[in-house]
Parts: sequence; structure tokens; C-alpha cells
Amino acid sequence: MINIFNYIDRPSPIHRLTGATKLVCLLLWSLAAMVTYDTRILALMPVAALALFAVSKIKFRDVKAVFWVTFVFMVLNNVTVYLFSPEHGVSVYGTRTLLFTIAGPYTVTAEQLFYHLNLILKYFASIPLLLLFVCTTDPSEFAASLNRIGVSYKVAYSVALALRYIPDIQRSYHDISQSQQARGIEMSKKESLVKRLKAASAILIPLILSSMDRIEVISNAMELRGFGKGKTRTWYRGRAFRAADILCMALCALLLAVSILSTALRGSRYFNPFI
Amino acid sequence: MKKPVIELDNFTWQYAAQKEPTLRELSLTIREGEKVLICGPSGCGKSTLAHCLNGLIPFSYHGEMHGSVRILGKETKDLSLFDVSKMVGTVLQDADGQFVGLTVAEDIAFALENDNVAQSELFRRVDEAADLVDIKSHLRHAPTELSGGQKQRVSLAGVMVDNVPILLFDEPLANLDPATGKQAIELIDEIQKKTHTTVVIIEHRLEDALHRDVDRVILMQDGRIVADAAPDELLASELLRAQGIREPLYLTALRHAGVSPRPDMCLHNIESLRLDDGQKAAVRRWFHETPAAPKAPERPVLLEAKDIRFAYDNGFEALHGVSLTVREGEMLAIVGRNGAGKSTFSKVVCGFERQQEGTLTFAGQSLDALSIKERADRIGYVMQNPNQMISKVQIFDEVALGLVTRGVSGEVQRRRVEDALRVCGLYPFRNWPVSALSFGQKKRVTIASILALDPKMIILDEPTAGQDFRRYTEIMEFLRELNARGVTVVMITHDMHLMLEYCRRAAVFADGRIIADASPADVLTDPDVVARANLRETSLYALAVRCGVDDPRAFVQRFIDHDREVREP
Amino acid sequence: MNNKLSVKTVVAIGIGAALFFVCGRFIAIPSPVPNTSITIQYGVLAFMASVFGPIAGALIGLIGHALVDASWGWGIWWSWVIASAVFGCLMGVGMRKVALADGVCGKKELIRFNLTQVVCHVICWGVVAPVLDILIYNEPVEKLFTQGLVAGIGNAVTTAVIGTLLCVAYAKAKPQKGSLEKED
Repeated sequence: MINIFNYIDRPSPIHRLTGATKLVCLLLWSLAAMVTYDTRILALMPVAALALFAVSKIKFRDVKAVFWVTFVFMVLNNVTVYLFSPEHGVSVYGTRTLLFTIAGPYTVTAEQLFYHLNLILKYFASIPLLLLFVCTTDPSEFAASLNRIGVSYKVAYSVALALRYIPDIQRSYHDISQSQQARGIEMSKKESLVKRLKAASAILIPLILSSMDRIEVISNAMELRGFGKGKTRTWYRGRAFRAADILCMALCALLLAVSILSTALRGSRYFNPFI
Repeated sequence: MKKPVIELDNFTWQYAAQKEPTLRELSLTIREGEKVLICGPSGCGKSTLAHCLNGLIPFSYHGEMHGSVRILGKETKDLSLFDVSKMVGTVLQDADGQFVGLTVAEDIAFALENDNVAQSELFRRVDEAADLVDIKSHLRHAPTELSGGQKQRVSLAGVMVDNVPILLFDEPLANLDPATGKQAIELIDEIQKKTHTTVVIIEHRLEDALHRDVDRVILMQDGRIVADAAPDELLASELLRAQGIREPLYLTALRHAGVSPRPDMCLHNIESLRLDDGQKAAVRRWFHETPAAPKAPERPVLLEAKDIRFAYDNGFEALHGVSLTVREGEMLAIVGRNGAGKSTFSKVVCGFERQQEGTLTFAGQSLDALSIKERADRIGYVMQNPNQMISKVQIFDEVALGLVTRGVSGEVQRRRVEDALRVCGLYPFRNWPVSALSFGQKKRVTIASILALDPKMIILDEPTAGQDFRRYTEIMEFLRELNARGVTVVMITHDMHLMLEYCRRAAVFADGRIIADASPADVLTDPDVVARANLRETSLYALAVRCGVDDPRAFVQRFIDHDREVREP
Repeated sequence: MNNKLSVKTVVAIGIGAALFFVCGRFIAIPSPVPNTSITIQYGVLAFMASVFGPIAGALIGLIGHALVDASWGWGIWWSWVIASAVFGCLMGVGMRKVALADGVCGKKELIRFNLTQVVCHVICWGVVAPVLDILIYNEPVEKLFTQGLVAGIGNAVTTAVIGTLLCVAYAKAKPQKGSLEKED
């Protein structure tokens, strides 16, 4: 219940980077992966991410469960894309190389296969880094990091509050739902949809109304300890940048620049082997 | 004479949403280095007074004020909330609400962070404050890994870190087990002596709060101060009882024995209490002259738990072979420190969790194959906080909820709901919204909603937590009536008075086992059990020893029986 | 923005995001469609945004949804996270004039709540989410709009039931102004 975000405390060079650095890198990296459909860049990124995993000492078994969830999600998404538009690749790449036909409109073209390859690579380019971020960043450091990259400290602290109170709210939910089950409230499949929703609200109403009282108590407690007094605040868990931090951010910025440049120079997001 | 740090002069406060003032023409002076206890029944305005001292009034609550409040000579309304919070550090009752950091260290640093204190100094000052309250070994722990007492220490460190001259404690004992409460009072005392701060404690549990000396007790009633005196003077007077505050048990015992307490007897603490030989003899005489109560006849077994073993998914074994028998018509207390397995055991009984080993039988029938819902027809479970159970707007609908889900409708439903409401004294309110009720009444609504299902037994988690003596009595007398109607009542509690006064039997949990199953008097006079379960020896026992009573255990029992008889009509 | 946010709003954002997270991550109602469950967090978000306003609404949606995605591990699906934030913001704007916190919640307010939430869901899942998806992933338009439609309808239905019940329960639990005699 405590470690929902799977932070793994294991000394490594990646762990030693500040949270802010990792956050900036994650954002630059994700943006780079979003911008481009250049197959060469997309293929390079997962390889680099795997190397980073090795450096971070995070083992495959640490992220096994999450990996499979993601894998299934990716397969499903690819299947839906194909079902909706079996010749999407043809319109993207502008040529049509028919390999064979399954049935009716469901053809298999080289363009479509290549498009799916790119789509899959896009997942593998962006997701490992998020996993790495989650596994190597102490939640305690997260708020300080947000503040450091320019997010207002109040918003940053609300993220910290969310992380702080998730276990409490989860426990309340659990307790309330048990006592409502005793009164006969069920969300199982036996009931109609509206009944299920009403059952859910029988649990949610006490949960949320008691949380509203909570908000009052917590904001009083925070005000009494001077929260919101100044334009800035310091952070117990904040850390200063070191050379390695600057280097990592610079590399990620370079990656984004390459990704944008390759798109701009070609005039298209796609690396097209068919022309 | 030392200089005044808190001065209220003819102060009146009225909340915007209320028709009448909550505080009326209050005048009060507290001097540097004093330790003052403020007590009074619920609704007397003591929490509002706390808000006036820490600046939440007038800065966070809206209302109208007259007169003046000066802290360290400055009028609070001319300052800001932040200025006031630099002078008065508040430790709130709700330790989870006050603990806003993700770890202990971050929470202690919170006020300093808001003051833009440089990081190197943060580390140093957090270490110092953590040392002061003895929590340094837990600096990296998350709040979910701490006990209630530890969280309170963190809260205290979090205000001490700012070197505030005045400390304000709002009901510091409300959520703690007896032994932890005792330690909290000792810690407050120790810190005051070390740092020479002025301390204001708001608390209605007088005997526990007086475990360490205080300079003055201020008694409030209806927004006014009705007494401002040294503890001994107040305890010797009849004022406390008149205001519905419970006096220390040893004083009640002395009164029963015909010894009238006088201020010069050092009444505030059983250890300092001075008794002459005549008074001691009077206590002994009372003991010998009071007849022992007859033993209650054995009733048939209702619930039988045999060798219950339960481990959570994460492998933590919370119950290692618990056996307990509950007889029909009993009123049983389940006590023990947090995490001892009390709640887990009741969850297993209700079917919320399933035991890995052992059996449960109820009225001769096995419970093991029954669902949560089916068990609820036999055993009702009432949560500590009624706000966590109520999901309907109207009282009638709330009480009817369990019947609706069981397909009971029409006339039968109406009759059963109305019966339950009548038993709970809520029939006149049946068409009101739940929100119009007081906390105690809401508690009754939740009990009524359980009773509508007509269970033979109810389990209540901390039925009186956070309630003052009057509301406590109201809830407990109601439960006793219910018990007299034949409902078996099991209560999980931290309240030693509750189990002494209302239960004939107590099951004591420690580390997932039952370590004692005896009368409350026997439990509370057994030093080994008391220590292992974080309980507190009753002052009655100490009194009996002091007076040379030959059987102190029997003395405690006799006092309880006698007191019950005197109070029962 | 620092000065505009009151401490209470900051706390409401934190607690709101935690509630959104717990609802989105742990409370799954089985749906008639196999392997999918109905999410109820938008009822909570619509309610919180109505009480605490557009800034709180936007940030609860943003933080809550990002945390849900991060905890599943399938990558933060930014297009949908942003759509959640837009939903919270628009909901807050639409309900700006309704004083739920003062216990005002009659038929008129509930109709307004539901009209607003339906319009907001249409905008967010019918326009914002798919358009962002097209920009980022260039997946087939039909697939994205169908996904958006399904999600939008589901969310609108759950918001209608759960959001409405929450508004009523919350407003009724608030003391009416000037009606209290005595309270601690």
C-alpha cells in the first residue's frame, strides 16, 4: 500500500541525479519521442533506455508486472488501430505494396507493417524512461524538483500532498467499502449498471464528505505553520545540480533537437523507405 | 510577577453562521512560563478559544469580535496569521491532519521551509527538534509507518523547531492509548522544563492531564470562564461535577468513603495525595462494609472463535491463534495497543477478512461459509467515525439502507426502521436530514442502521473516542439500555474508564494474541498485562495500596460495583 | 499564480488528486463490455471542480490522471491527461456561479451541473483528446474518435449519477447560513 509508485532505493548513478534533472530529462525525452516518427531515432531510443536501466541497477524482475501490463496495452492498441484502418500506413507513406489479403478490407501491406513497427517503437522509446523515472526518484524529492523547474511551489506542494494522503484515502476507502458491504451494498456483475453506480456512490459519498472535512483540518494546520507566507520556500529534500546533472539534461536537449531537426529538414515526421 | 504572554480582555466572539456568541466577555491572563489546563464540556467554547490564541480567529474563520486578545503584548487582529503562528505553536488533535510531510524529517522542517531557511540549517534544526522529542531514529519514515503517539511527537517537533514561546495543545490525549497518553503528558512536561515555554493544554480528560503538575485549571461553560484556580482548589470544589467533567476516580472513591477532599491534601495526583490515618481508616472501613456484588449467572455461548490465525497478503501475521468466547447478553471490552490485532479480529468475525486457520461459530452455527452480508444479519459492525458510514441524506433512508438491499420493503421496512429509530431515541427526527444532527446523534443513526437488521450482537470500534464525559455517558448509557434489551455488545476501546464502568469482562490483545481475559478490575491491576498492552494502572489500585487495604484488587472491583449501583436508578 | 491560490485550494488540489487517483486506480466497476471497467473518477472531478473552481479542477485532473498513468506504468498518456485537466477547468468555469459550498443545490443547479458536464465531456473526449492523439501519434482518425466517443459517453453517465449524488449530499450536509444555534 505504501509503495504504489514502485520507488526502488538502490544506490546508482541514476539515483544520484537530482529529481529535477530526471524530471527535465523525462520531459525532453518524451517530447522527442512524441515529435518524431523517424524510425532510426525511434530505434535508437529504446536501446539507449535499456543501457540506462543497466546503469540504474533496476532489474527486469523489479518492473516485470508493469512491463506486461504495458505490453498487453500496446498489443491491444495496435490491434484496434489495424481493425479501424488497415491501410493507414498506405496513406501515411503514400505508396501501396500489397503483400496479401486476409479478408475483405483487411489487407496486409508493407506500409502498414512498417507503420506498426514505428508505433511499437514509439512505445518502447518513451515508456522505459518513465518507468526508470518512477523507479529511481524518491517521491519525497518530487515536489522540490517540480518547484526547481519553475512550477509554483504551491502547485508543487499539492502534488506532495496527493502522494502523502493517497495511502490514507485508500485505507478509508477500504474500511468504508467493507462496512457498506455488510449492509448489502455490492458492485458485482449481478446488478444493473445504474445499481452498480449507486452502490459505488454509497461508498464514495462518505469517503468524499469526510475528505472535505479533512481539507479544512489540513489547510488550518498548514497555515498555522506558515505555508503560503512567502513568494518562495526552501525544501528539506531539495538538491543542487552537479556536473552529471547538467550533462544529462544537455544530452536530452540534444536528443530533442535532433528529433525536431530531422523532422524540419525532411519536412515530414516520417522516415520513408518506400520512396 | 512574570510578564503576561496571553491577555484576553472582555473578549466576545460570534461565528458568522451562528446566532449567538460562542465566547462571551472573556478575560484571562496567562503569564510567561505558566502551564495552564483548559477544560469544559463540549460546546463550552474551548476549541474556539484555542482558535483565538493561535490566530485562526480572526484570520481563517469569519465572525464578529469585541474586546481584545493580546499575545506577547500585541493585539492579534493587528497582526497576520503568520505573525501569530511565530508566537504560538499549535499541536492539533488530528495528528494525521497535521502531518503534511511525506516523511518525518520533511514534516518537522515544514515551518522552516516556509520561512526560506537555508538547507544546511534545516538539517541542523530538524535534528535538534527530533532529538528533543526522541524521534531521531525515524527521520526517514513515512506517516503510515508510525503509531499515533509517534505522529504526535512529530507534530510537536514540527512546532518546537520554530522556537515558539507558547505551545498550545488541542486535546492531545484524544487519539492515544492510555500508556501513550501518559507518555505524552510526561513529554510535554519535560519540554516545558527544558525550554521554558508557556504551555496551554485543552483537554477534558482531567485525571490523565493532571498526571504531571499544572499551575492552573481554567473551567469553561457556555463561552464563559466559570473557574480559574489551582488544580487542588478546583478538585476540592463541586464545580467539576456540576459541569459534567469527570473528576479523578480516586477522589470519587474518597467521597464514597465519606472523606471530603480539601485543597491542602494535594488532590491533583494520586502520588502526591496526602491522607492522614483517619482518612485511610475510613477508606478501609468503607471497603469492609460494602458488600461484594453477586456474580452474574453464566449465559449460553453466542460467539465462539477457536484458534483463529490470520495473515495479510503481504505475509504479516496479525493473529496467531486467537480463541475467544462471547456469551449471550454480555458487554465485553476488547483492549490493547494499536496493531495488537483487535481490529483485525473483529474484521475476521464480520467476514471482511477470512482467517487461514481456525473456526468461528455463532449460536451453534458455523460462520465460515457465510458471506459478509449474511454475517451482518447476525453481527453488526459500527465504525468509529459515523461520517464514514453515512451515505444518505435523510435519516430514514440511511437506516433503511440495509433493508432495501435485502429486499425488505413496504410496511415491514417502515416498521423495522421505525423500531430501530425508537430504540435509538431518533424517532422524532425520522424526517430530518442527517446533517442536522450532532456527532452523538449521528453515531446513533449508524447504530440504528445496524439494529434495523436485527443482529444479536454488535461490535463497536471506539464508540466514545473524542467525546467529552457528557456525550460519553449519553452514548454508553444508550449502549447499556440496548444491552439490557438483549443485544450482546462488544467494544474495541482505549478508554480505561469505559471498560471499568460498563464491562464485566475484558479481553486484552497483545501482538496478535489474547494475553488476558478477565474482569476489567483484574486486568487493570495486573502490572504485567498493563505493561504489555499499553494500558494504565487505575489510580483506584494505588489508592487502595496507599490506604493499606488488604485486597486492593477486590477494592477496585467493589468500587466499580458500588459506583454503578449509586449511578443506576 | 502563487498569490491567487489560497492554502485551502492547494490542499483541495492535493486531496482531490489523491481521491481521483484512488477512484481511478482501485475502484473498478465491472462493465457490460468484457475486459473493461467503468471509471468513476470524473464524477469526483466534476464535483471537486464545482466546489473549488477552475484552477483546482484543472490541476486535480492533471495531477490525478498523471499519477494514475504513472502507477500503471503504461506511460503517461499526455493527450488524455491534458483532456482531464481541460475537463476539470471547464467544469469549474461552468459551475462558477453556483454556491454548492453554501448549501445551494436545487433542481436548477443540478440541471446546470449536468448540462455543463455533458458539454465538457463532449469537448474533452470528442475534440481535445483525439486531436492531441492525432498530433502526437497520428493514429487513424476513426479509431481515435470512436475511443473518445466511448470514453465520453461512459464518463458522462458516471458523472451524471455519481457527481449529482455527491453535489446533493455535500450541499445538504452544509449548514444553512445563520441557522445554527450552538455548535462546537
